Amino acid sequence: MTEVTSDALAAYAGFQPAIAPPQPTRGARILRLMLRQPLGTLGAFVLLVMVLAAIFAPYLAPYDPTAGDPSALYKPPSAAYWLGTDAFGRDILSRLIYGARISLIVGFGASILGVVVGTAIGVTSGYFGGWYDSIAQRVMDAMLAFPMLLLALAMAAALGSSVHNVIIALAMPIVPRAARISRASTLVLKTTTFIEASRAIGCSNMRTIVQHILPNTFAPLLVIATAYLGLAIVQEAALDYLGAGIQEPQPSWGLMMSGSATSLALTAPWIVLFPGIAITLVVLASNLLGDAIRDVLDPKLNRTNL
Amino acid sequence: MIGYLAQRLATGFVTLFGVALIVFLVMRVIPGDAAVMMSGAGSGVVSQEELQQVRHQLGIDRPLVVQFADWASHVGKLDFGTSLRTGSPVIEDISRRFPYTLEIVVLSMIIAVGLGVPAGVLSAWLAGTWVDRILQTITIIGLAAPSFWIGLLIILGLVFFFHWSAPLFWQPIWIDPLTSLSQLIWPSLAVGLRQLALIARMTRSIMREVLGEDYIRTARAKGLSERRVVFRHALWNGALPIITLIGFEIAALFGSLIITESVFSIPGLGQYVVQSILDRDYPAAQGIVLILAAIVVLGNLAVDLLYGLLDPRTRVQGARA
Repeated sequence: MTEVTSDALAAYAGFQPAIAPPQPTRGARILRLMLRQPLGTLGAFVLLVMVLAAIFAPYLAPYDPTAGDPSALYKPPSAAYWLGTDAFGRDILSRLIYGARISLIVGFGASILGVVVGTAIGVTSGYFGGWYDSIAQRVMDAMLAFPMLLLALAMAAALGSSVHNVIIALAMPIVPRAARISRASTLVLKTTTFIEASRAIGCSNMRTIVQHILPNTFAPLLVIATAYLGLAIVQEAALDYLGAGIQEPQPSWGLMMSGSATSLALTAPWIVLFPGIAITLVVLASNLLGDAIRDVLDPKLNRTNL
Repeated sequence: MIGYLAQRLATGFVTLFGVALIVFLVMRVIPGDAAVMMSGAGSGVVSQEELQQVRHQLGIDRPLVVQFADWASHVGKLDFGTSLRTGSPVIEDISRRFPYTLEIVVLSMIIAVGLGVPAGVLSAWLAGTWVDRILQTITIIGLAAPSFWIGLLIILGLVFFFHWSAPLFWQPIWIDPLTSLSQLIWPSLAVGLRQLALIARMTRSIMREVLGEDYIRTARAKGLSERRVVFRHALWNGALPIITLIGFEIAALFGSLIITESVFSIPGLGQYVVQSILDRDYPAAQGIVLILAAIVVLGNLAVDLLYGLLDPRTRVQGARA
């Protein structure tokens, strides 16, 4: 078999060897990435729509989310009330749109806070080691032994039910998980020559951690941040449902479902139906986005496509 | 092996001590202490002296360290104190509720494993076909849908189509197994659906990987039946990570249980722990959280031991004896 290289072909055809192809523009690269990850793009798009809906809620919502119309209780979906009304005659669609604010703020807030705090603990304990590491690890182990929702529930009950307290409560279970992962990658990084080199040229511990270790732990942390975004949103709804989170009359997706399903089943099933669809949609979107980010950042993990 | 086990148990014990400390402190931070909750001080009828007296009776006016030491020493003797809410010993409350929770855990794991593994195998075997795509879509939605919402939908459906009403009394399984199973199958379905989706997706990706291995091609080339190749050669080799996932999921299951029991108002551990925390029932909340954490710790240990048993490569050095 004779090997036919493209150069040989080009010479044969009388072509000049091709000059380096033009670098694709940034836009083209992003477009290609989006085409390669259609599901991730869809997830990002759905999240973006939800964020925009949350920001522009006052312009989008057809009714006041907290003021009910006493003459329109338990109205089924209609032209006036697209998704029906609840027990107080409040428009479900408007409450869903305003509720997106709480869900997204709590979801993003909790996952970012949890990952940041967890990373700070994980990276420093992995880097310094010693007794600080042992103590930090035991505390993280103890936190991991709680079922996630239970830890969040106890914290929410302890802190009280305002939005920022719910964020802290939901960040708690994320902390040990982020700490574990960032500690593991720090331990690996610590043995590499470039970290050794940075210490050899006299970088302070602080500088080594911030400049050299943190950027290299970024990929797995971004992946878990998106993974926990969805989880935090579900758990926020669960806390609200149990009465330990956001309180009435605030429109929160979890709270909207917390009536008695048995009695609503025959009178107004849409009250339970739509908030759940909203939660499922936003969690689905963040899961899809998270999977796509993981595939792009860490091709090795591709195969365990969970 | 014994040494390894002892070491793991010791670590587990330290972890549980940490859990005890965390739950103790968190419960003490919760605003509005048990005395206030018990005497209904919100109404303003109870004076400060009376409150102080209740606090003294409960022993919660002592320094935190003393309280913790007192509690911990009792827990060591499996005495979790008396629930402030129900007035009966916490351990009695827990053992009365535990069967319901255990039944849901077992039922939902049977649903999740029994349907999830076959679905995953089928999906991997038919990868790329419409069957695979439908299964993939269902499972990814199953992962996203909150379990308590699934529970609510199940209730809606039951009421709507069968005029179901929530049982006034949940039958314990040892008195009337059939009634008990038919009552608890619905909450188990709500709890198990997420695990089903997770196991199905995990099984699919593991099986796809295994089915691409050389020895599978060899097995096929030998002329083994496809069924034997898939179930005997592929699934058997993929079983290990699947079992690990199932082990860890049992711990995660308690999370969904907590809320699903509240949705269905089942008198199990989940509802008990929620009520105890919300009512600042210190002894009950501390006891039940500690027990749940112990189950998680033991579950993880069991998974690790099983792993060593099934895959000799992962056995720890010196643990071979």
